[in-house]
Amino acid sequence: MARTVPGVLASFVHVDSATEAIAALRAQGRTDMTVYSAAPNHEIEEALGFTNSPVRLFTLVGGLTGCTAGFAMTIWMSRDWPLLVGGKPIGAIPPYVVLAFELTILIGALSTVAGLLLLSLMKSTRGLAYDPAFTDDRIGIFVPAAADQAAALEQMFRAAGAEEVRYAA
Amino acid sequence: MATTVHEYHPTQTHHEVTRDVVNTLGTAGRGYMLLLGFAVFCFLVGAATFVALLKEGLGLAGYTPPVMWSVYITTFVFWVGIGHAGTLISAILFLFRSPWRTAVYRATEAMTVFAVMTAGLFPIIHIGRQWFFYWLLPYPNQRYLWPNFKSPLMWDVFAIGTYLTVSTTFLVVGLVPDVAAARDQMQGWRKKLYEICSIGWKGTDNQWRHYTRAYLYLAALATPLVLSVHSVVSWDFAVSIVPGWHGTIFAPYFVAGAIYSGVGMVLTLLIPLRKALKLEHMIGEYHFDNLAKLLLLTGSILFYAYAMEYFVAWYSGNAFEQTTFWRRAFGPQWWAGWTMIICNAFVSQLLWFRKIRTNLTALFIISIFVNIGMWFERYVIIVSSLSNDFEPWAWGVMTPTWADWGILLGSFGWFSMYFLLFARTFPVVAIQEIKETIPMPRRRKGAH
Repeated sequence: MARTVPGVLASFVHVDSATEAIAALRAQGRTDMTVYSAAPNHEIEEALGFTNSPVRLFTLVGGLTGCTAGFAMTIWMSRDWPLLVGGKPIGAIPPYVVLAFELTILIGALSTVAGLLLLSLMKSTRGLAYDPAFTDDRIGIFVPAAADQAAALEQMFRAAGAEEVRYAA
Repeated sequence: MATTVHEYHPTQTHHEVTRDVVNTLGTAGRGYMLLLGFAVFCFLVGAATFVALLKEGLGLAGYTPPVMWSVYITTFVFWVGIGHAGTLISAILFLFRSPWRTAVYRATEAMTVFAVMTAGLFPIIHIGRQWFFYWLLPYPNQRYLWPNFKSPLMWDVFAIGTYLTVSTTFLVVGLVPDVAAARDQMQGWRKKLYEICSIGWKGTDNQWRHYTRAYLYLAALATPLVLSVHSVVSWDFAVSIVPGWHGTIFAPYFVAGAIYSGVGMVLTLLIPLRKALKLEHMIGEYHFDNLAKLLLLTGSILFYAYAMEYFVAWYSGNAFEQTTFWRRAFGPQWWAGWTMIICNAFVSQLLWFRKIRTNLTALFIISIFVNIGMWFERYVIIVSSLSNDFEPWAWGVMTPTWADWGILLGSFGWFSMYFLLFARTFPVVAIQEIKETIPMPRRRKGAH
């Protein structure tokens, strides 16, 4: 059975209530909260102080790798099996631009997805309390906490306007 | 004043969006099963024809010198073109933050994937010895041979392969949050299926942070891709010196034609689909009006391209070009030439009228004309150009045979089968993206 992370799970109907709770948690110096929402929301992102996702590095490196691989493959293979076509050079660059372009896109896209999977898996959601309503219309905030901290957190969440607060252990 | 999606769905809440889309995943009705059965039947006709082609060879199809590219290559270009509207709507309009794409993009993206899957079969059918199709790929072999990368046909292998992979990736990535939403609402075998397909998605801040960026970059990569794919397909023709093919206009002409045909197919699919799945309140006049405007724009570009093709043939003073274009309009296959011009250049001009753009019956009929016209456009470009090249003694007209029609019918069955199965199994409207356009409730009044 999956290990459960003890903590407090709050459910919100209103986005401003959720951002108020996030701000209160951040004011306490907490960065270990997990916020659930059915769609990305700019107010939540701002409250959490999001920085740019490093997934773009995967796109860049993948694209550059694809481009290099495209030119390297076509030039090397042409020289390995020299085939004179229409009096053109063996390693003719203009037609190979098409292949390098396609591989730039292909490897760039695949490495973006690989980056997405890797970065998402780096912060595991295993064992965190969750509610199916979070993919519907509720916003959830989970904070890992020991039983003795639960009452204070519940009070803070209720004050912010949480609809429901429960302790998961 | 411009209409936003939210103004279009003023009464919808996040919960209603989830409920309405998840409701489309219920048990299929009799009409759906009949349609699916018909699609499978058409596919089986195509499969049986393919078995006959494997056994007897390409002689069964109407290949007659000098026309050695005919219905299969025509249909290949047709299906690749269909895919383009999907990527335009899902990726390019995403980058432009166009609000009307949200409700329709999932169905169009699925159409793209299935259309490209269909298109990919045709070069394999066409090559004759289908069991050697892997010779197209650069792999180490005992004869130390590599493909000729200077050939546009090799560019095509890479372009279509990349297009299929990237559009499938884009569709699947877009589906993950929606499948998770369906998982949390369903029971039974569907819940199990969606649990696997949602790969642990819970909509956490960390997941959204990387997801939104990754989706943006995928759209940014798919945008130049969609423009390149049909350009590469057009170069299969334009790089050769066959009169009627050797034109610098070909790449933009093909891209516009592809989007035109794709939007036509989107309309053919969406108009009955919204009724069957009871999505009238999500996909309405506003969306169809915009799709029709896209059809009008690309149809007008085609009008211009057709006119330019004839003008350049005349102005070039090249007797071969002039003969080819004369015979397109007045030669033995004049009917194909005029079908293309009437269905594409003229019928699309009806869409200047808002009344027609917002009349779904009229739009559906126009979309059928578009599908027919665009298939004939490729037939005219390929078959009629090849039937009269440089030497009049070598001219010849090909007549399609049952093997050509069987495979064509099979391709429609194959495509429709996948589309119908998708529409009942996965959310056909993007739940998460619609929710993004509807503001979340606030406790305190006042804008953010």
